[in-house]
Amino acid sequence: MSRRHLFAFAATVAATFTLGALPAAAQGSLNVYCSAQVEWCQAAANAFQKETGIRVNMSQKGSGEVLAQIRAEAQNPRGDLWFGGTGDPHLQAAEDKLTAEYRSPMLDQLHDWARRQAEQSQFRTVGIYAGAMGFGYNPELLARRNIAPPACWKDLLDARFRNEIQMANPQSSGTAYVMIATIVQLMGEEPAFEFLRGMHRNVNAYPRSGTGPIKAVARGETGVSISFVHDAVTERLGGFPVQYVVPCEGTGYEIGSMSIIAGSRNERNARRFYDWALTPAAQQLGAETKQFQTPSNRSTPVPAEAPQMSQIRLIDYDFARYGSSAERRRLIERWDREVNSLPR
Amino acid sequence: MRSAGLWSSALALAAALLLPWYMVQDGILVLSFSNGGWLTDPDGAPALGLILTDGRWWLWPAVLAPVLGLVAALVPLPRPTRSWLFLLAGGVGLALLAAQGWSIGPRGWMILWLQGQFGETEARQYGIGWGGTVVSAALCVLFAAGFAGRGAFRGDAFTATVAVVLTIAIGVFTALPILQMMAGAFRDAGGAFAPTSAVTRLVDDRLWSLGCLAGAPRCGVVWNTLLLALLTATGTTALGLAFALLVTRGRLRLARPLRWLTVLPIVTPPFILGLGLILIFGRSGLLSQAASAWFGIELGRWIYGLPGLLLAQLFAFTPIAFLVLIGVVEGLSPTLEEASQTLRADEKITFRTVTLPLLLPGLANAFLLGFVESIADFGNAVVLGGSFNVLATEIFFAVVGAQADAGRAASLSLILLVLTLVVFFLQQRATGKKSYVSISGKGDAGLPPPLPKGVRRLCLAVAGTWAALTIGLYALAFLGGFVEVWGRDYTPTLRHFVKAFSIEGGQFTGLAWNSVLTTLELAAISAPITAALGILAAWLFSRTRFAGKGALEFATLLSFAVPGTVIGVAYLAAFNLPPLELAGTGAIIVACFVFRNLPVGLRSGMAAMAQIDGSLDEASHTLGGGGMDAFRRVVLPLLRPAIVAGLTYSFVRAMTTVSAVIFLVTAETELATVFIVNRIINGDYGLAISTSLVLIVLMLVVLGVMNLLVGSRRIGRRAVAVTAASPAPLPGAVA
Repeated sequence: MSRRHLFAFAATVAATFTLGALPAAAQGSLNVYCSAQVEWCQAAANAFQKETGIRVNMSQKGSGEVLAQIRAEAQNPRGDLWFGGTGDPHLQAAEDKLTAEYRSPMLDQLHDWARRQAEQSQFRTVGIYAGAMGFGYNPELLARRNIAPPACWKDLLDARFRNEIQMANPQSSGTAYVMIATIVQLMGEEPAFEFLRGMHRNVNAYPRSGTGPIKAVARGETGVSISFVHDAVTERLGGFPVQYVVPCEGTGYEIGSMSIIAGSRNERNARRFYDWALTPAAQQLGAETKQFQTPSNRSTPVPAEAPQMSQIRLIDYDFARYGSSAERRRLIERWDREVNSLPR
Repeated sequence: MRSAGLWSSALALAAALLLPWYMVQDGILVLSFSNGGWLTDPDGAPALGLILTDGRWWLWPAVLAPVLGLVAALVPLPRPTRSWLFLLAGGVGLALLAAQGWSIGPRGWMILWLQGQFGETEARQYGIGWGGTVVSAALCVLFAAGFAGRGAFRGDAFTATVAVVLTIAIGVFTALPILQMMAGAFRDAGGAFAPTSAVTRLVDDRLWSLGCLAGAPRCGVVWNTLLLALLTATGTTALGLAFALLVTRGRLRLARPLRWLTVLPIVTPPFILGLGLILIFGRSGLLSQAASAWFGIELGRWIYGLPGLLLAQLFAFTPIAFLVLIGVVEGLSPTLEEASQTLRADEKITFRTVTLPLLLPGLANAFLLGFVESIADFGNAVVLGGSFNVLATEIFFAVVGAQADAGRAASLSLILLVLTLVVFFLQQRATGKKSYVSISGKGDAGLPPPLPKGVRRLCLAVAGTWAALTIGLYALAFLGGFVEVWGRDYTPTLRHFVKAFSIEGGQFTGLAWNSVLTTLELAAISAPITAALGILAAWLFSRTRFAGKGALEFATLLSFAVPGTVIGVAYLAAFNLPPLELAGTGAIIVACFVFRNLPVGLRSGMAAMAQIDGSLDEASHTLGGGGMDAFRRVVLPLLRPAIVAGLTYSFVRAMTTVSAVIFLVTAETELATVFIVNRIINGDYGLAISTSLVLIVLMLVVLGVMNLLVGSRRIGRRAVAVTAASPAPLPGAVA
């Protein structure tokens, strides 16, 4: 061994020793995938951490992304709990047994719709908030073009909205699928597709993301969007001219959900968070961070700015039927075939 | 050869005795060393400790292989015998280690038939840590040394090591995740194996219909993608060439600012560009409002779809073409052009028959990059695509959309790859057979001719328009950080910056600090690795010949051609399980950056290598230098522009990528781009833009420093100003 090689060897050995560091020993921690708005996620993580001393690692991602991630990690799960996000992907995860069964003692305190969500998924998910479907519109843009805002589903067929409506593409967006499922339940399948074909003439684009249309409304790129009304409230609080209406014939809604991931490494902490997130104190954090969905615990006060669910005509949304993969695939394929391929 | 074997065996043995074999709980970058007891420490024991105290006999190769290598290197043996022993120790040791790693996992047997064969096992293995990594890496080098000893790679251990390490690294970090994901194309939506499902998906009418030519509302996604990519690649190459020519030969006073201007779009985080374009050209944008106020014309929604998408991509990817081309134009030897003029060709003919053809490898590379960037671009397509669907968005929503179908995503990715493959081969065919050498050992090479007038005017016009647009766009974007609500309420304010970057009592309390610092750290780690690997690979591919070179070269392109989302999911699936359990650590993000951005360093390196005469390497060999000397002392200094391009690009991409890493970030490793995108999704543009601005400034600073540190090469091209003052020829300073 020449001197040069000896030196290199010594340097390697020395480097290995100096690299030594202390492993941080965390007593208890919890990895949360959060699909609610980031402020809400952060507030929930901080509050829970303060209350229990359990360290919460929060990553905020869209619900579709979280579902893809949980699928990819199924063999060796890294997340423990999935908080928030529209109910559909939660139900899909439950259908694929990616999430774990848990009956929280808090279930009795919840609204019926939240409990039904849990029952339908064999207690693999639970509702934490609900938000109604409606129309967002840009009052400035509509005023400039002398168009009266829509009030009912049937208004969307009116010629005054020619090229002014946006809805998301149901092939990629859960929001748009909720809309299709809503009008199918409201009108019956054949009239519903007749309606969609009629509305197609007035639609200027089907963007890929569920919140795309309401953002286009906010920036004055389109007059009207089909969106969840709480998303419209969020844009308005961002300083944009956005109003919302809830269709007069009645409307569907989403149930924001929460699930424990199957094979979680910190299941006890996850259950603790699960129970905690269903308490009124935890659910109030939503309104405090300007998220105006309706909370699922009956005794959580509903914020004044929130769209009042009691004044909205909600349909009796059949999540069991319209949440199943087979029905979803069938409806979306029919939409693509009979509506999306038509000329405008 | 002998010293390489000795060195690597010693390193492997040291690692097997000293470094913790498995990953220590809190990430792969942390070692636990308790004094003296390290051999028996259950968490941080090295391979030897695990064998002796824990009965893990399957780790013996980690100790025995290096010992064998060491013995072979130290005992006097004839060269062929020693080489065989090196090959045996390295190859078999590595194979055995890999086999045990992929057989025993965190829940016992990882392969079903092994369980059937041997029954349940108590053994549990987690991901490998420093020990496993260093031992494997050192055994690779040992293997390569044996290879070289057998006479491969002209018997040069350095070349052999580069080839072996590159092959394994690309195999593990590029081919493995992507092929594994591609296998999904042959599964149906439920996950069962169904080879016919790939066929049904691939002949789908939504992909291939040409209905729009006959008046139907839409064409197939593949045709959309192809059309956009061809337009973008042509456009960016032309624009990049215009810029490169202007900056190097245009005798322009504004050359330097222009150069910096071209960098702006690459340092811009995704979505900002698209949003800026909407603010100018959108239906309620500045231009449309002006048009309707002054001329009463409604411009409408033309920006959504092909025109807007093309515009955004031209903005975003021209700088890449420019970076590739500038190195090539600078390296162009004026000798040939002077010869042409001596033969009485005028400027125009010289430009057309000499200059342009010599630029062909650069142009082909720039075109290839533009094409690949365009088909993989997701950010612009999702903001501006409207109803114009391309494969990248289609794949993204096949992964995360309401109809999540991994098989469909895999099939679509397959199509993307085939498209890339075709362009790659066309590029090879176009440039393959000719010589483009213009940097040789012969000193002074004369003066670069000025651009022909027509060409100069054309370049100026094109570049001028582009520059004006860029300035407008960025002025508007900058504004966004300093006003209440971007595009709506232009009251000036600094509150976004305060919210993002406030410091209270020495504590970073701003919301953006954490992500910005993490981003800087990971980008700073990955950029030099990317550049080094890229240059090494470029050197290897253009200076040596070995079996499977073409396949390896193509494999490097794989990760670049597939959209980021697909890479992200593929990485997560491939590196979530032991032995390579990288998910959740910063290491997986670094690996993703390195192997995703490798192709750019490689391409610019190869374009530059094509200009360097092989006789320079040979001269170094004649003077007794080995492969390493030729590389270090001859090629490397001449490749400075390519190194700058590689470093710059990989650093910047690491700071601006979003789709690839969105699945890989955790709470601790949150990246600034992910932070920005989440802010945009929340409609909080002010915070997003102020963070972007800080990122842009940071990147520009780093780029400036990098340019200074690496410096420029001196290749005996006289500067115009100098020759005007002193006609005496400068010494031919080929470093």
